[in-house]
Amino acid sequence: MLDSIVFYFFAGIAVLSAALMVTRRNAIHSAVFLITTLLSTAGIFLQLRAEFLFIGQIILYVGGIMVLFIFVIMLVRLDVPLPQIRSRARQWVACIVALVVFLEAAFIVWMSQKVPGQGLLVLRAAPAEKLPPNTEDLGKSLFGAYLLPFEIASILLLVAMIGAVVMGKKRTDAP
Amino acid sequence: MNDLANTIDDRTPQRPDTLLGADELVINMGPQHPSTHGVLRVKLKLDGERVIGSECVIGYLHRGVEKIAENRSYQQFAPYVDRMDYVAAVSNGLGYCEAVEKLLMVEAPPRARVIRTILTELQRIASHLLWLGTHALDIGALTPLFYCMREREEILKIFEKYCGARLTTHAFRIGGLQYEAYDTLEKDVERFCRGFEARIQEYSDLLTGNSIWLGRTRNVGLLKAEDCIALGASGPVLRASGVKWDLRKAMPYAAYDQYKFEIPVGANGDTYDRYLVRIEEMRQSRLICLQAIENIPAGPIMARVGKVLKPPPGEVYHAIEAPKGILGYYIVSDGGTQPYRVRIRPPSFINLQALDKMIRGHLVTDVVAIIGTPDIVLGEVDR
Amino acid sequence: MNAVLQGVLAFVQTWWVELLCAVLIVLVVPLIAGYIVLVELKVMADMQARLGPMRVGPHGLLQPIADAVKLLIKEDLIPDNADQFIFWFAPVLSMTAALTSMGAIAFGPWFQVARDINIGLLFVVGVSALGPFGIVLGGWASNNHYSIIGAIRSTAQLISYETTAGFALVSGFLLAGTLKVSDIVQAQYAGHVWYVFLTPVGFFTYLIASIAETNRAPFDLPEAESELVAGYMTEYSGFRWSLYFLAEYANMIVVGAVGTTLFLGGWLRPFPHVAWLGWVDALPALLLAAVGVYCVMRAGKQPARVQAMFMWVVALLCIVVALIFGLVEVAHASNFAALQASHSFLLLRSMYPGLYGAFWFLLKVSAYIYIFMWLRFTLPRFRFDQLMRLGWHILIPLSLVNVISVGVGLALESSLGWNRWPAMILTSIATLFVGMLLIRWNDKHAAAASASIAADNSQVEDSYAG
Repeated sequence: MLDSIVFYFFAGIAVLSAALMVTRRNAIHSAVFLITTLLSTAGIFLQLRAEFLFIGQIILYVGGIMVLFIFVIMLVRLDVPLPQIRSRARQWVACIVALVVFLEAAFIVWMSQKVPGQGLLVLRAAPAEKLPPNTEDLGKSLFGAYLLPFEIASILLLVAMIGAVVMGKKRTDAP
Repeated sequence: MNDLANTIDDRTPQRPDTLLGADELVINMGPQHPSTHGVLRVKLKLDGERVIGSECVIGYLHRGVEKIAENRSYQQFAPYVDRMDYVAAVSNGLGYCEAVEKLLMVEAPPRARVIRTILTELQRIASHLLWLGTHALDIGALTPLFYCMREREEILKIFEKYCGARLTTHAFRIGGLQYEAYDTLEKDVERFCRGFEARIQEYSDLLTGNSIWLGRTRNVGLLKAEDCIALGASGPVLRASGVKWDLRKAMPYAAYDQYKFEIPVGANGDTYDRYLVRIEEMRQSRLICLQAIENIPAGPIMARVGKVLKPPPGEVYHAIEAPKGILGYYIVSDGGTQPYRVRIRPPSFINLQALDKMIRGHLVTDVVAIIGTPDIVLGEVDR
Repeated sequence: MNAVLQGVLAFVQTWWVELLCAVLIVLVVPLIAGYIVLVELKVMADMQARLGPMRVGPHGLLQPIADAVKLLIKEDLIPDNADQFIFWFAPVLSMTAALTSMGAIAFGPWFQVARDINIGLLFVVGVSALGPFGIVLGGWASNNHYSIIGAIRSTAQLISYETTAGFALVSGFLLAGTLKVSDIVQAQYAGHVWYVFLTPVGFFTYLIASIAETNRAPFDLPEAESELVAGYMTEYSGFRWSLYFLAEYANMIVVGAVGTTLFLGGWLRPFPHVAWLGWVDALPALLLAAVGVYCVMRAGKQPARVQAMFMWVVALLCIVVALIFGLVEVAHASNFAALQASHSFLLLRSMYPGLYGAFWFLLKVSAYIYIFMWLRFTLPRFRFDQLMRLGWHILIPLSLVNVISVGVGLALESSLGWNRWPAMILTSIATLFVGMLLIRWNDKHAAAASASIAADNSQVEDSYAG
C-alpha cells in the first residue's frame, strides 16, 4: 500500500518533470527539471530498496553530472537555440529515433506478457527486512565478477577527461 | 557599459580563443563595493577571473577643495585640508601650514615644531594602522582590523585630549600651534609607544609569516622602481620598490632633522613588501615619537603672524611626507587675503595611477588586495 | 477514507520515533543555527577584544530571535531581471538538501530518522552534495555578475573538495567496515579507539575539505565579502537570504556530525573503556548544573524583568535536566534497589542512554564547529588558484594515498596478522611522509607559478601599451 503510493508519487513526478524538461525553452529550466526527474528516479530506487543505486544516482548524476551541466550552461550562453536544432531534417531524424525507441519499448512489454511465468509488470518488491543488504553485494560483484568491464569503463572515463582538458586548454602557437 | 567596451576593446589585441569559446566579462567594481575603500569605481574586463584591462572612474567625492581655497582666507582654508585625507588629517594640516609659513617667510618656533612632529608621527601610525586593518580585511583576515582599531583609538584619544577633535583635527595653525601641549602629553605618548612595540609584534605574528598571507601578497601587484618613478608614485609604494626616498630625510621639515630613524625599503615592490615597509615605518615612527618626547624645548608655540594674513605676491611649493606619500601644496598669492590659486599634489591620486599597471594579469581576488595596497583615500583622490 | 486514515495511523504508530526526529530536525535546526551564529559572534568578539552582541537579552542571548524576526518581516525582493522561478526555488533547494541530509545522522544512539538505511553516511554526503545546486542556480537566477562569479567559484570548489572529503571518508569506512552509522560507532567502541587516532591524515583532510565544502573561511571565496560583495547571495534579502544562511549553518552541523561519527567516536564518551575516567559520565549533569547556577547568579543583575525571567527559565531548565541526569547516574552507580524498581526510574533509565549519547555527540560537533570559527577569525582568505592548487595538488593526492595506506594497513592486519595499532602507525607515518613531499613539491611549483604570473603581467602590460 505505502509502497505503491510512494512509487506512483515518484513516478508521476518523474514523468511530469521529464515532459516539462523537454518543453522548456530556457536551458537552465530544462536542467532543473532534469534534476527533478533524476531525483524522483532515485526515489524509486530507494522504494525498491536499492539503496546504493539510489545514492549512486544522487551523487553521480545529480551531484556530479548535473552540476557540471549547469556549469556549462551558465558559461556558454544557450539562450539562443542553436540553428541546427531548428533545421527540418533534424526534426525528422528526431521523430524517427523517438518512434523506434517507442516501438522497441512496446515490443518488450508485449513480449514480456507472452513469456511464461513472471511478466515484466508483476515484479514485487520483497519487504525490506527480508532483503539482504545489497551494498556489499554490489561492491563484491563490481570488483569480482565484473572487474574487467569496470576497469575498462574507468579507463574510458579517464581518456574522456584528458580529452576534455585538452579541448578546454587555450590554443597557443608555442608547442 | 558601451563606452567601456569601446575604451578597453581598442587596446585589447585578439586573445587566443578556446575551443569552447568562453566569453569575456566586464564587471563594475564600485562605487559601492565593500572593498574599494570609499567610492572608487573600477571597471574590470575579465577573461575568466583574470583581469585583462581596467579603468578607474573617480570623482564621486569631488568637492572642489582647490576652488574653495580661492574664496577663503588663508586661515579659513586650513580646516578644509583636513577633509582630504581624513584618516591623516594632522599630516594634511602640517603640509598646508608649513606651505603658508614658507609663503609668509616665517618659521614656527622650535617647541611648536617638535609637538607638530610628535602629532604627525602619531598620525602616521594611526593611518598605517587603519590601512593594515582594512587591507587585512580585504584579504580575508577579520581580526587584525579590530586590533588595529584598538591602538588607533589610543592615538585618537591623544588627539582628542590635545585639540578636542579626533578625526578632522585642525591641530595646527599657520605660524605654530593654537593650543599648548596638555600636561600629560609626554606621558600619554610614551605609554602608547612603550606598549605599541608588542602590538606590532602581534600583527606580525598574525600575518607576516602566515603562508596564506604570503601567498596572497607575494608577487602580487608588482611595481618596478622605474615604473614608480615614471608614474610619480611616492611614499611606501615607492619605497617598497626599493627607492629610498623619504622627504623627512631628503628635505627635512618640522623637526625631523633632529631625530634618528631609518627609512625601510622593499626589494620586489609587491604587495608583501608594501606591507612590510608600512609595518617597519610604524616602528620607526614610534622611535621618532620616543625621541621627541625626551626633549620638547620650552618657549612660545606661535610665531609672530598677524591676525590678517597678506602674504607677498609670489608662489610657493612645499611638500611633506604624508603617511600615503608626498603631499605637496602649491600656493600662488596675489598679495591679497585669499590665495590666488591652490594646487594640491595628493599622494593617493598619483599612487592610484599605478593601479592599472599593478592589476593586469592578476585575478579578481588580487584586485581587492591591490586596491588596498597603495593606501588610497578617496577624499584625497577626488578632493 | 477510513482505510486511508487507519493506514496513516498505523504508519504513525510504527514510525513515531522517526517522525518525531524529523519534525525536531526541521523545527530545531533553524533555532540551533541561529544560536550557532550567536556563538560565532561571541567567539569572534572574544578573539577580537570586543564584547559582541549585548543588547537583546542578557549577553545578547535573544539576538538570534531578534535577527530572525527582522529577516522575516523584511520586504521580499525579487530583482526585475531575475529568473523568478529559479530565484524562488534555489534557496529552498539548498535548505532542503541540508535538512534532508540530517536524516541519516545519528544524534546519539536514539535520535536518527533513517535508522535502517544501510548506506548510512553515504546518504548524508550524497544528499548534502545537492546543496551546491541551490548556490549555482541562485547565483545564475540573480542575473548579476558578482552572483554568477560566486556561483561558479562555489561549484568548482565543491566539486574539487568533495573528492577529498569522499576519499577521507573512504579511509574511515575501510576501518569501520560498514557504512551504517550506528555500526560505525559500534566498531569504534569495539575497537577501543576513535579512528582519528588510526588515520589522523584522513581526519585532517576531511576537516579541511569540510571547511571548504561549507564555504567557510579561509575557503569562503563564493561569498568573499571584500571581493564579490556577497557572492551568490548578493541579490538575496530577507527570508530567502536567511534560508541560504540557515543552509550554510545546517551544513556545518552536517559535516561536523559526519566527522564526529566517523573519526571522533560518535556518541561515545572519551575513552569509554578506561575505568578510572568513569567520573566523566557525570559531566553532562555537572555541566548543566553549572550553567543553571550561573544563570541564577546572573538573573538578579539583569536590568529588565523580562531578561531576569528568561534567565530563571533557562536556569530552571538546566537544573531540572541536570537533576534527571544526576539522579539516573547516581542510582545507576549505587544500585539503589528501591529506586531502580520504581516505574518512573525505569522510564528515565530507558531515556538516559539516548540523552547521554546526544550530549557527547553534540559536544563533539560543537568542538568541531568551534574549530571552524577559530580558523575563520585567524586566517586570511585563499585566492582561487591557491585554493584549487591546495585541493588538487595536495589534498586529493594525499587523501588518495591515505586510502591506499589504510588499505595496506588493513591488509597487514588481516593477512600478516599484525596488530592494528602498529600497522596503522606505520602506514600513517608513510602517508605523512608523502604529504610532506607533496607540500614541498607544491611550494616549488607555486613559487614558479607566481613568478610566471609576474612575468606574464609585464608581458600583458607591454602588449596593451600605447
